Amino acid sequence: MVAAAAVAIVSLLAAIAYELTVGSKVSLERYGFSFLTGTTWDTVHQIYGAAPFIYGTLLTSALSLLIGLPISIGVAVFLVEKLKARRNEAYLIGMMIELLAAVPSVIYGLWGLFVLSPFLRVYVEDPLSKYVGFLPVFSGTPFGLDFFTAGVILAIMIIPTISAVSRNILNAVPNSQREAMYSLGATDWEVISKGILPYARSGLFGATILGLGRAVGETMAVTMVIGNAPKISASLFSPGYTLASAIANQFTETTSPLNTSALVELGLILFFVALAINVFARLLLWRMSRITNVKI
Amino acid sequence: MANVAGMMTNPGIAKRRRLINRGMSALVYAAVCLAIAPLVFVLADVAIKGASAINIDFFTKLPTPVGVSGGGIANAIVGTFIMVGIGSLISIPIGAGAGIFFSEWPESRLSIISSFMNDVLAEFPSIVIGIFVFILVVLATGTFSALAGGISLAIIMIPIVARTTEESLKLVPRSLREAAMALGISRWKTVLRIVISTGKAGLFTGILLAVARAAGETAPLLLTSLGNTFYASSLMQPTAAMPLLIYTYGISPFPDWQAKAWGAALVLILIMLALNLLVKLTIGRRFANQRAEI
Amino acid sequence: MTTEMQKEREKEGVNGALTISTDASTVVLGSKMRIRGLRASFGKSEVLKGIDLDIPDKRVTAIMGPSGCGKTTFIRCLNRIHELTPGARVQGEVLLDGEDIYSPKVDAVVIRRRIGMVFQKPNPFPTMSIYDNVAAGLKLNGVKDRKLLDGVVEKSLKMAFLWDEVKDDLRKSGTALSGGQQQRLCIARAIAVEPEVLLMDEPASALDPTATAKIEEAMVELKKQYTIVIVTHNMQQAARVADNTAFFYLGELVEFGETAQLFENPAKELTERYITGKFG
Repeated sequence: MVAAAAVAIVSLLAAIAYELTVGSKVSLERYGFSFLTGTTWDTVHQIYGAAPFIYGTLLTSALSLLIGLPISIGVAVFLVEKLKARRNEAYLIGMMIELLAAVPSVIYGLWGLFVLSPFLRVYVEDPLSKYVGFLPVFSGTPFGLDFFTAGVILAIMIIPTISAVSRNILNAVPNSQREAMYSLGATDWEVISKGILPYARSGLFGATILGLGRAVGETMAVTMVIGNAPKISASLFSPGYTLASAIANQFTETTSPLNTSALVELGLILFFVALAINVFARLLLWRMSRITNVKI
Repeated sequence: MANVAGMMTNPGIAKRRRLINRGMSALVYAAVCLAIAPLVFVLADVAIKGASAINIDFFTKLPTPVGVSGGGIANAIVGTFIMVGIGSLISIPIGAGAGIFFSEWPESRLSIISSFMNDVLAEFPSIVIGIFVFILVVLATGTFSALAGGISLAIIMIPIVARTTEESLKLVPRSLREAAMALGISRWKTVLRIVISTGKAGLFTGILLAVARAAGETAPLLLTSLGNTFYASSLMQPTAAMPLLIYTYGISPFPDWQAKAWGAALVLILIMLALNLLVKLTIGRRFANQRAEI
Repeated sequence: MTTEMQKEREKEGVNGALTISTDASTVVLGSKMRIRGLRASFGKSEVLKGIDLDIPDKRVTAIMGPSGCGKTTFIRCLNRIHELTPGARVQGEVLLDGEDIYSPKVDAVVIRRRIGMVFQKPNPFPTMSIYDNVAAGLKLNGVKDRKLLDGVVEKSLKMAFLWDEVKDDLRKSGTALSGGQQQRLCIARAIAVEPEVLLMDEPASALDPTATAKIEEAMVELKKQYTIVIVTHNMQQAARVADNTAFFYLGELVEFGETAQLFENPAKELTERYITGKFG
C-alpha cells in the first residue's frame, strides 16, 4: 500500500509531462521547433514564439547567480569556518537564512514592487544610466521594473538554497585537509581558498545548479517586478518576461486556443529545463556525498 | 637552498598575505550582512505597511468595491484554509506512505527511483503544476474551483511530507526494528506501531512545513482557483486565497487595495512564522539542520 | 672539559638527556625546542598536565605511551595545531630557539611553516598533482619561479625517498599513489617549505612493513637536516630510529632519556611496566 504511494509520485511526474505535451499539441503542430526561436509574441495577430521568454529566463537566472553565488558561498564559509566554535551564533544566523526561504514568493514580489524597485531605480539604475549609459547593457531609461530588479530579487531568493547546501558540503570536507594546509603555514583564507573550496568544488557546483533550478522556476516575485513585456533587449533596464512569469500573467486571459496552447508549450519548455537542471544538480550532489561518505 | 628559505621569510609577502586574509574576512562578513539585510527589510516593511490595514473588520468582512473604504479579506482567509485543508487531506496519506516506503524499503528499485523523483518534484516550478491541474481538473470540470486549487497544493505538499517522513523515520534506530521483529512482530506491524510512533514528532513537523509552504503558494492557484471577491458557495467555484489576493490587489492601481495587500501579507507572514516556530519547538535544536533545504 | 662548559650543560639539560662524550671531541648539543609547563585541554578535560621537556636539535626524539596519554596532543601543541580545535586551550611556554611560539607577538602562520607536520593518515590534496602537492607550501609563501620550484620539488621527493618512483609522471594526482607512497609524498610536501622541526604523528601506523621501512629509511636521512619528533606506539620502531625517547602517561611526562638507556634500564617503574607490556 505504501508502495502505491511511491508509484504515485513517479507516475505524477510522468503524467505532468504527458498532459503538458498534449496541451501544447496545437502550438507544437503549428510551429514545431521554430517556436523556440520565434521572437514575436503577438496575441492580437496570433503569432507566437518562445525566444523572448527563454531569453528572459536565462538572463535573469544568470544575473541572480552572478549576484547570489558569491554571497551564498560567503555565508557558507562564514558559518562553517569562522563560527566553528560558536554554536549559538551559527544557529541564529542559519535560522535567519532559513527564514529567508520561508517567505512566500508573492510577498517578495509585493516588497519588490513597492520597495526594492524604486530603491534600485534611484540608487543604482539612475546613476548607472547617467555614467555608463552608453554601454548597451545599461542603456535606455530605467523604470525599475526590468530584468535587473528581477535578477536582484531572484538572487535574494536563491541565497538560502545555495548557502544551505554549500554549508553541508563544506562541513563534509575532512578536517585532515584543513590541518594539512595549516601545517604548511597557510593563513585562514588560504586554507579555505586553496584547501577547502577546491576539494568541495563539485558539491558547490551542484549547489549552484540547484539554485539555478530554483531561479528558473520562480514565478510570482519575478512577474511583479519584471515589467512583463515580451522583448529581447541587451539592456538590463529593459522590461522583459520569463517563461514562468508569462504563464502566470497571461494564462487566464488567453485570446484563442492557439494562445493557450502556446502558453502550455512554454510550460513544457520550462518543465524540461527545470527537470534537466534539477536532475543534474542532484547527481552532482550525490557524487560528492559518495566521495566524502557524508549525506548531503 | 638558502634563497628559497629567504624568499619565504620575505616580510613583504607575509604582510600581503595577512592583508588578503583580513580583506577576505571582511568580505565574508559583508556577504552575511548582504544576505540577512533583505529579510530584515521585508519583515519590517510588511509589519509597518500591513499594520495600518489591520483591524477586526479585516478578518471578518468581505472586500468592498474599489474606492469604498473598509471591508476585509475574510473570504481569502477562509479560502486559504479550505484549499490547504483539501491539499493536506490528499497529500498526507500519499506523502507519508511514500516516506514510509523510502525509509523502510530503501534498497528496492522503486524506492530509489521514486525517492529521486520526489526530490526533483520538491524543487519544481509550481506554475507548471498549475498548468497540469488546469488541464486535468479545470478543463475537465469546466470551472475554476477550490477543489482544483486544493489538488494543485497537494501536489506541492506531497514531496515535503514524503521527505520529512523518510528522514524522521530513518532516525529511529535500527535496533528498535530488529528488537521488534525478533519478538516475532510482523514487519508491517513493526512499522506501524513502533517505528511510526517513535518518529511521530518528525511526521508532525513535516505536515506543518508542507502546510506553511502551501499557504504561501500563489502561482498554481492563479490557474486553478482563480480568486473570488465573495465567498464561494461550493467547492466547485472560483475561490479566494490570501496569496492570490496579495497578488491581484498588489498589482492593482488602487491604493486601498494595495493597503489590503500589505495587510494580507502581514497576516500570511505571521502564520508562516507561527508554523515555523511550532516546528522548531517540536523537533528541538538537534534536528534543526535537517530543515535547511525545504 | 672546563667547569664553565659543564655548568652550561647543566643549565641546559633538564632531564639529563644530552649525551656528552668525554673524549677530546666534545659535542655540545643544544635544544631546538624547550617546553615549560605545557598544559593543554579540550573544553573541560585536561589532556596535558604540565610538561617540561627539551627537544635536542638535529636528533630524532620519540614520544611514547599508552593511548590517551596525550602524546598526539603534545606534538600538536608544538606547531600550534591543537588550538584550531574548537574549545581547545593551551597554557605554558614552548620555546623555539629561545622564543616562545605562543607569545602574542608571534604569528602562528610563521611558526607552522618553521615546524612542519606529517599526520597519521596520509592526507595529500586530492585535487592537486604530485608536483603541486609538494609545491603547495612554496607557492603559498610566494615562490613563483618555475625552475626554483622544479628544483625544490625534486630535492624534497628525493629526500623522502619517493623521487625514483614518481619522477616519470609528476602530473599524476596525489591520491593515485599507494598508502606508503602518499605518506612519503606528505613528507616531501612538509619538508619542501624548509622547516626546522618535523613533527610526525605515528606516520607509519597505517602502513605495511615494507612501506614502514621506507619511511624509517627516510627519517635517518632527514635527521641530518631537521629536528624530528615522532609519536609512535611501536617500541621496535623507536629503538630503530629514535635517539631519545620520552614516555608519557596520563598527560604527564614520566621519563625522558636516550632510547637504548630507557628501554634497557628504565628509571621509573611505570616506564618499565609499559615496556614489558604490562599495559597499553
